[in-house]
Amino acid sequence: MDVNSLKYAKSHEWIALAGNTATVGITDFAVHQLTDLVHIELPKLGRNVREGESFGEVESVKAVSDLYAPVSGEIVAVNDQLADDLGVLSVDPFGKGWMIKIKIADPSSLARLLDRKGYEAYCAEEENHA
Amino acid sequence: MTYLFNTPDQEREMLRTIGARSSEDLFEQIPSASRLDRPLDLAPPLGEMELERELRALASRNSGSGSRACFMGGGVYDHFIPAAVDEVAGRGEFYTAYTPYQAEASQGSLQAFFEFQSLICRLTGMDVCNASLYEGGTAVSEAAFMAMRVTDRHEKVVVLGSVHPEYRQVLRTYLSNLKCDLVVIPTPAGTADPEQVRAALDDKTACLIFQHPNFFGCLEDPDELTKLARSVGALSIVSFDPISLGLLRRPGDYGADVAVAEGQSLGIPMQYGGPFLGLFTCRNEFLRKMPGRLVGRTTDRLGRSCYTLTIQAREQHIRREKATSNICTNQGLLALRATVYLSLVGCHGLREVAELCCRKAHYAAERLSAVAGLSRAFADRPFFKEFVLSCASNDVEPVLACARHAGFDLGPSLSRFAQVGDGALQNGILVAVTEQRTRQEIDALAAALANERFALAGRPAAAGRQEPSASR
Repeated sequence: MDVNSLKYAKSHEWIALAGNTATVGITDFAVHQLTDLVHIELPKLGRNVREGESFGEVESVKAVSDLYAPVSGEIVAVNDQLADDLGVLSVDPFGKGWMIKIKIADPSSLARLLDRKGYEAYCAEEENHA
Repeated sequence: MTYLFNTPDQEREMLRTIGARSSEDLFEQIPSASRLDRPLDLAPPLGEMELERELRALASRNSGSGSRACFMGGGVYDHFIPAAVDEVAGRGEFYTAYTPYQAEASQGSLQAFFEFQSLICRLTGMDVCNASLYEGGTAVSEAAFMAMRVTDRHEKVVVLGSVHPEYRQVLRTYLSNLKCDLVVIPTPAGTADPEQVRAALDDKTACLIFQHPNFFGCLEDPDELTKLARSVGALSIVSFDPISLGLLRRPGDYGADVAVAEGQSLGIPMQYGGPFLGLFTCRNEFLRKMPGRLVGRTTDRLGRSCYTLTIQAREQHIRREKATSNICTNQGLLALRATVYLSLVGCHGLREVAELCCRKAHYAAERLSAVAGLSRAFADRPFFKEFVLSCASNDVEPVLACARHAGFDLGPSLSRFAQVGDGALQNGILVAVTEQRTRQEIDALAAALANERFALAGRPAAAGRQEPSASR
């Protein structure tokens, strides 16, 4: 997966567009920040999510963090294998670490997402504040 | 316990350190109108000798379970407590009611809680047990909340009318600010009618809550109830009596999803208003939706076995408003007592305790229901150690008072529980019989009540009769 072709949310999710469908996961930066991941909870197929709404949660040894939908729409696929092997999130967050696919209801929210350059700048800023 | 006090020198030093002139300064921000402008109205201080005399006089006005025979039921029971329970739980290293904030610094406490969890899992046949909750009522309510999280159904909780009315009241309070219906299925026959339960359950129901043995002491049909819950995708939650598991099948064996209990029977004295001990167990798949603390065993960096709090990320100090529960602690001292108790009695001992309770309760039921005017309510239902004694006419109070006068405590009367109160049950009195009761006590109680019935029968009806005992 070419990270430069993806779009990013400030809540550290990425999306890959294929027509009207967005594949969603969390970024390498997020995985690194979360440290040791122990558990993930993903939504049921067919659920409708709104942009910015929590679609699941990921648990590390230190904290449970929400996963936020970067766009609104219906969840049309869920990566059920992820829960059994969270290790792939560390090695391939942009590929095998995908979480859900959303059938986009409102493409206008795509405009609010960042490109790779914008996202990297945002992360650098966050790290400086930390 | 250590008596702590400050010398005048120490007080001066503390004031100097914080930059205050006097301790009066510290209260300055409280408006003078709200401050007491005179000394507290207290009796003058006493010397040690006088104080001891005063306290002894006060204490002698108590009558405890040691001087009377307790047949009281309703969720708190007079079971025997081996002296070793006090000995171990009273050790300075353990003697705190609270989980230490830096939990891992107290390996001894954590090990005790780990043993507690393991023992309760064996007792119940369930997969996971937390390090305890406050008491039986909140355990029921937390179980209902967990069922709502697990099933993602937030509209309806179904509970049997034979569940302890105070537990149902706590549950009602827990649910009062949610848009969730609490459906109570009446149990006029003493136990649930499966057809009524089936009719109340649907695909919006988060859970079915029952108690077994139930509030009236009767045995429900746990296989049927868990099956009914499962058939609509709801969780089955059972509130059990820990002692009863010496004889009855375990919740894990009849397929309960969540099993909770009041743990007072396990080495904890009867105390007015508590503290009590909530037991909370469930199946493994709900582990991450569980409320409360969990202790796990692991190894430290040198490979030594040690204990740690685990699955903590869902607690409120980390997860804030998204925590699984507002329970962030456990009932440490009482969980320790239960651990020591269960370790001491062991499997065979627990079976023996349960058998004694059951046999003695059945003997008592037989003797008491043979008294003219008294009978056992729900007489066709099997029971464990507790049953409802019902009076022919409205003389619950005279019966209780007569027993009290003769040195026996019965009750509580069912009329005390507004939510239970329909018709015949108003004349019901709970009677529980533990392994501590003797045949002589049971016979004496029956004889006292028989005399009272005889006396009642010979007196003009309810003409301002006097209580046999003036002290109430």
